[in-house]
Amino acid sequence: MSAAYPRLSSAAREELRRRLLGLIEGHRVVIFSKSYCPHSARVKELFSSLGVDCNILELDQVDDGASVQEVLSEITNQRTVPSIFVNKVHVGGCDRTFQAHQSGVLQKLLQEDPTYDYDLIVIGGGSGGLSCAQEAAALGRRVMVLDLVVPSPQGTSWGVAGTCVNVGCVPKKLMHQAALLGQALTDSRKFGWECSQQVKHNWETMTEAIQKHVGSLNRSYQRALREKAVAYVNSYGEFVEHHKIKATNGKGQETYYTAAKFVIATGERPRYLGIQGDKEYCITSDDLFSLPYCPGATLVVGASSVALECAGFLAGLGLEVTVMVSSQLLRGFDQEMAEKVASSMQQLGVRFLRKFVPLQQLEKGSPGKLKVVAKSTEGTEMIEGLYNTVLLAIGRDSCTKKIGLEKIGVKVNEKTGKIPVNDVEQSSVPYVYAVGDVVEGQTELTPVAVQAGRLLARRLFGGRLEKVTGTVQLVQKLSSLYKEEPVKRRSPWTPTLASLLQVYHTLFWPLEWTVACRDSNTCYAKIICSKLDNDRVIGFHVLGPKAGEITQGFAAAMKCGLTKQLLDDTIGIHPTCAQVFTTLETTKSSGLDITQKGC
Amino acid sequence: MHQAALLGGMIHDASHYGWKVAQPPHDWGKMAEAVQNHVKSLNWGHRVQLQDRKVKYFNFKASFVNPHMVCGVSKGGEETLLSADHIVIATGGRPRYPTHIEGALEYGITSDDIFWLKESPGKTLVVGASYVALECAGFLTGLGLDTTVMIRSVPLRAFDQQMASLVTEHMAVHGTRILRGCTPLRVERLSDGRLQVTWVDLASDKKDTGTFDTVLWAVGRVPETRGLNLEKAGVRTNPNTQKILVDAQEATSVPHIYAIGDVAEGRPELTPTAIMAGRLLAQRLCSRSSDLMDYDNVPTTVFTPLEYGCVGLSEEEAVARHGEERVEVYHAYYKPLEFVVPERDASQCYIKMVCLREPPQLVLGLHFLGPNAGEVTQGFALGIKCGASYQHVMRTVGIHPTCAEEVAKLRISKRSGLDPTVTGC
Repeated sequence: MSAAYPRLSSAAREELRRRLLGLIEGHRVVIFSKSYCPHSARVKELFSSLGVDCNILELDQVDDGASVQEVLSEITNQRTVPSIFVNKVHVGGCDRTFQAHQSGVLQKLLQEDPTYDYDLIVIGGGSGGLSCAQEAAALGRRVMVLDLVVPSPQGTSWGVAGTCVNVGCVPKKLMHQAALLGQALTDSRKFGWECSQQVKHNWETMTEAIQKHVGSLNRSYQRALREKAVAYVNSYGEFVEHHKIKATNGKGQETYYTAAKFVIATGERPRYLGIQGDKEYCITSDDLFSLPYCPGATLVVGASSVALECAGFLAGLGLEVTVMVSSQLLRGFDQEMAEKVASSMQQLGVRFLRKFVPLQQLEKGSPGKLKVVAKSTEGTEMIEGLYNTVLLAIGRDSCTKKIGLEKIGVKVNEKTGKIPVNDVEQSSVPYVYAVGDVVEGQTELTPVAVQAGRLLARRLFGGRLEKVTGTVQLVQKLSSLYKEEPVKRRSPWTPTLASLLQVYHTLFWPLEWTVACRDSNTCYAKIICSKLDNDRVIGFHVLGPKAGEITQGFAAAMKCGLTKQLLDDTIGIHPTCAQVFTTLETTKSSGLDITQKGC
Repeated sequence: MHQAALLGGMIHDASHYGWKVAQPPHDWGKMAEAVQNHVKSLNWGHRVQLQDRKVKYFNFKASFVNPHMVCGVSKGGEETLLSADHIVIATGGRPRYPTHIEGALEYGITSDDIFWLKESPGKTLVVGASYVALECAGFLTGLGLDTTVMIRSVPLRAFDQQMASLVTEHMAVHGTRILRGCTPLRVERLSDGRLQVTWVDLASDKKDTGTFDTVLWAVGRVPETRGLNLEKAGVRTNPNTQKILVDAQEATSVPHIYAIGDVAEGRPELTPTAIMAGRLLAQRLCSRSSDLMDYDNVPTTVFTPLEYGCVGLSEEEAVARHGEERVEVYHAYYKPLEFVVPERDASQCYIKMVCLREPPQLVLGLHFLGPNAGEVTQGFALGIKCGASYQHVMRTVGIHPTCAEEVAKLRISKRSGLDPTVTGC
């Protein structure tokens, strides 16, 4: 009696086939088995007696066991289990395996040395790539990491460890801190410190100190790679044929390497406008953090968190900053919070040009100045401005174009340039995986890449053939765990989305701001609760100092099913900003006033 | 004042970040005035709020005449009798003076006074080991004053002791002189107006003296129950602590008389707990709800120069309750990113999560030592209230770069013996 096999769609079939091939290619011995099957047990015993490590997939213990069995039969023409592969060769079932053992063929197959230089080559030594490489090495594999930074159009380059360490999170936070300290100097006078009124900032002192730290991180990562016996090569990697890459170093010398598996972790680089003069005259975040001179009066083009963060700290350092936004600010974030961020920045002196885009040409104005002509996105208005620096922060493009992916058939999304992967990070080519910003649908954050890289290595080399479970929570910098408030839509027969949500909010005045006489109605706290689910907190937003420190714990609490009731039952730590979330009373729907009384 | 001290540190950092500023002197008077003005505005704000809510406010000192009647005495001495169906005692506490020490009352001050001084306290001796003592000593040091703390036995007795010693270690490294195992014998005034303190080292029995401008007693607080004539109402107190005995409904030994806040026995002496207890009590009295106050897992933060936030059990308590074999402690020494540029010492920046060993490893307590500890701890306190396990916390993606994310990255257990120093970005 044959069991009814589930109907697989062709896409699902292809996907499963790819996964199975990945398994077969990646392990010395693979046994597809069933836990209760006596023939499978005999085969497992045989290999065990030979002292050979096997990777065993018990089809009765995985959800898609029947589908696996079906696709296996397409690959091997064998429908039954056990089905044994040795060094990618299909040996057969229980009988054929014992025959091969008796005739000596099995031993020959087992003896075949791996034909590859490395078990794993990681292309890209950033957050995702390094985490994957180090984990794989810790599991005893031979690993190589290739990392080479193509200099920016302005000529900027940097060391190992990717965007986060060199031109992202780390230097950004330090410049943000420098700006905050400027504000602290102002506050300190109110607290009795006799600081001089006009304190000037020296850009070079700051960048030198920051680059010193970045350099120490580069060195410590290199050391870690050495200590973990990961081969690190400062070369540009690209595929030339299956399982083989060409590594080109800074001097143009080429070397070739082969590996059983590859991980693409090449990340992204800032996008340019595509207009005349942009590469010649503009800088991006790639250049900003090591700029050898103060940027002066700066035009920031863009509306991303990168744009606003850079604009923010530049203004905090005392520079004249303008932000040019073509449409929405902080797309993808809660728009109410985005607008509040913008107005708090305006309070600090940042000028916003909303709904403008730079026009055809950027050219040199007077010496040291750039002339930017911009046109409105909504009409015919044109404006002109002179700036010392134009910083483009209009998005980032994946580095997938020049690494030879087309040579081996790794599918790339034409529109986004990103690599689509399945839920085990596998690309369209079975032995090629991808992690980090280069992956389609992946949230572009360091900790996400780090975790994905680590879990991928464990899955590939830790022997456990499971899917990763658990969702990754969206966590963002200024405003945090985001669930956008839905636009109120009215429809006669369906309830409004908005009516299923309860939003609690308040403005708050950090205690430290009171004596410093800073505004009492800038900081804002908001939670979004699901009425259908016991007022479960599904969205958390805070605008204020130390937003990241505040949000982290709430993120953990939300993972445990935080509700409004639990918030209300929890004692606040006093005096902090975070405690405001334990005393939220006013709902948005009530329309009640949340203004704080100032001095 | 802690913030003022922190700002001093920030000015120092600022020069490393490119700000052209020299370390300035600090004007105590200017700070005190600003702080005092803010406090006065809060006084005013509360008066207005009471008025808005139609609460009658009497500026009287009250005491019981009988179980339903109170006598209120104004500043001018006039007496008024007030009767009520329900009476709530929320008189709090006041700092204790060690009256057995000669000169303590005449020459020493307490936290009641320090925030209202118009002039700088100068070279100060803080006597005590409570968080009040350490917080005051901490900010005085940060403001540039020569500060000594005298501790008779252990600092922060009620807290996790490993964390307590890291807190004091940080203070010692950053300029506060800490005298351990000493207790004062007497305080005398010298001819130039300064104070001479004589103390004894309890271990060696050796005596020593020192000269200070100010002596600040932070040796505990006493509940304000003495002047209440509680016996006239039949309200019982704990003879040792003098605090009012209450049950889970905050009721005293007399059914219609309640006590909340610091004056009640067995309650954590914290503002937010008192506030919540008061609110819930009022709701119960008006039959609006029957919710009782939950005093478990109350988070708190000690605002010493390096702040210490904690929620749940200390490591000692966890081990005492569950046994060492059933407890797993994850820990890490980390370095706040902001410290690197000014090369600040991060040796005491430390996090510890105390869990049950059995999967899913329920979190019993979290201890965080570092900048903005209160902000970091609040959210995790909520996690603990939601029954967070180590697995939950580890599956939370970190916000990068922050200090708080280090909590979600705790991997090394004490049991493993591995080095818990965080490396890498």
